[in-house]
Amino acid sequence: MADTSLTILVIDENPARAQILEDGLRDAGHVDVVRLETTHELLKRVFEIDPDVILIDLASPSRDVLEQMFQVSRTVKRPVAMFVDQSDTAMIEASVDAGVSAYIVDGLKKERVKSILDMTVSRFNAFDHLTRELQRARDELAERKVIERAKGILMKSKGITEEEAYGLLRKTAMNEKLRLADIARSVVTAAQLLG
Amino acid sequence: MTFDTATPSTRRSSAGRLRIGFIPLVDCAPLIVARELGFAADEGLELDLVREVSWANIRDRILLGHFDAAHMLAPMPIAARLGLGHVRVPIIAPFVLNQGGNSIAATTALYAEGGDWGGFGDPLASGRALARLLEARRAGGAEQPTFASVHPFSCHHYQLRHWMAAAGIDPDRDLRLVVVPPPHMVAAMEAGDVDGVCVGAPWTSRAVDAGVGRLLLPTAALWPSAPEKVLGVREDFAERRGEELAALLRALDRAAAWAEEPENRPRLAEIMARDDVIGVPAAAVMRTLSGNLLVEKGAAPVPVPGFLRFHGEGETGPINRPRATDGLWFAAQMLRWRQTSDAETAFAAAREAFAPTWWDAALDRPSREAATLRTFEGAVFDGGDPERWLAGAGPSFA
Repeated sequence: MADTSLTILVIDENPARAQILEDGLRDAGHVDVVRLETTHELLKRVFEIDPDVILIDLASPSRDVLEQMFQVSRTVKRPVAMFVDQSDTAMIEASVDAGVSAYIVDGLKKERVKSILDMTVSRFNAFDHLTRELQRARDELAERKVIERAKGILMKSKGITEEEAYGLLRKTAMNEKLRLADIARSVVTAAQLLG
Repeated sequence: MTFDTATPSTRRSSAGRLRIGFIPLVDCAPLIVARELGFAADEGLELDLVREVSWANIRDRILLGHFDAAHMLAPMPIAARLGLGHVRVPIIAPFVLNQGGNSIAATTALYAEGGDWGGFGDPLASGRALARLLEARRAGGAEQPTFASVHPFSCHHYQLRHWMAAAGIDPDRDLRLVVVPPPHMVAAMEAGDVDGVCVGAPWTSRAVDAGVGRLLLPTAALWPSAPEKVLGVREDFAERRGEELAALLRALDRAAAWAEEPENRPRLAEIMARDDVIGVPAAAVMRTLSGNLLVEKGAAPVPVPGFLRFHGEGETGPINRPRATDGLWFAAQMLRWRQTSDAETAFAAAREAFAPTWWDAALDRPSREAATLRTFEGAVFDGGDPERWLAGAGPSFA
């Protein structure tokens, strides 16, 4: 069962990903979720928010800021690393691979937080997957455009049909052991140079 | 001490190819030079250098085997062996990357408030000035100042505490100590989030350039011969891939010798300044390398001989050769400041982390080492009897 009474702080400079995580946490019944996009005055903010759980993006240099807090005895509730047992290596690996790290307040049993971390890891992974899909779609679109342009250039300069132009590009790519888009790009570049 | 964390086999790098993590600081130079000038290639190694943003990431990726080796703060391998704040990781430091390079700086506002800080590089006078400033703020009911270092297990952190304690300041009671990532230091000083910092090159230099900071002392004025950064590797990596580690140490030895050479500094500054390494103006790196420090904006640079050393003989032996006494010195700082409590375990971890075995085997170079370490107050730390320093000369306010 998710422990919905916990205050969760999400530190992530990527607002889209942080939103996806926050939505997931809220859907699971966590009402007390705070997001920080910037790490300006981080210690002060952590002190004010007084979280039970901190989830931080691994691309943030501020992990070292949090780790100093473990050492400071005068903060009332201090965060500690979630993973201190040798048996935690698999969980560390899952979170590092996903690009996130977790800290919990001293004294909090990590069993109470495990479902939160599991969700964080899966949402980070899902976001990464989506980002890569999106990038691939963009790349494909860009490639299709350059192939269209190369076909047009060939049709015009050689007086051939669209089908013949495409065939010529394909044949050259196969002979040169290159990708169709790479050949198309060189045709466009050459046309610009010779323009 | 036993270690049972498994290295995931799928992530292991292939033979002859090493993945090494670094933080954008001037003192990772031997690693960069080993790749850029072909010293690693001469040893049959291909170095995959990966820039990281935090020491915590470096530690985690060494733990998981994502990195075969990494640029590390010298006290980190000991803290990792002790499992301080984290899973125990059996890290050793088979090569010291450099000595020196850090400075303590105040914001221009704190500097003005402090009045007479003594001459540049005078730890006692500047420490006393800070003590007077704290006393005046206490009397006036003003807020305590905040000083920043870069990590709880860093020379910077211990150097700040040592400097303060020698002037009768209790760093846990009289002011606030925080961590700020080096690339954020200048902004934190500018915003008034911190009043003083201890950070490595080129970041203090950047603070002076930006007109927000004023140097008080190079930390070589506190600890003339302590290692600053080390190469950290997992003990089981050293055992499994001993030949590659030896090849890496030989490549680093040549790279460090090249970096130490004054005539190579302009080229080195250019390489380190690149966007894929540190990403700062080459002139700021050059000042650090040559030890011509800009103490305040607009003033003439002050030469600090031996500000940053990469290679050669140091005060206590070869700069790059790990020395148990230095490890014991770091363990003594952890004990002094109550980061850990069991002296016997801490000293054992220090001796294991700073054993010269791998360096000696790889370089086969006759070397002498001193058994002591000297600090600015004249206290001598004896590696043969580390408890004595802790019991006596250590915490001056205890």
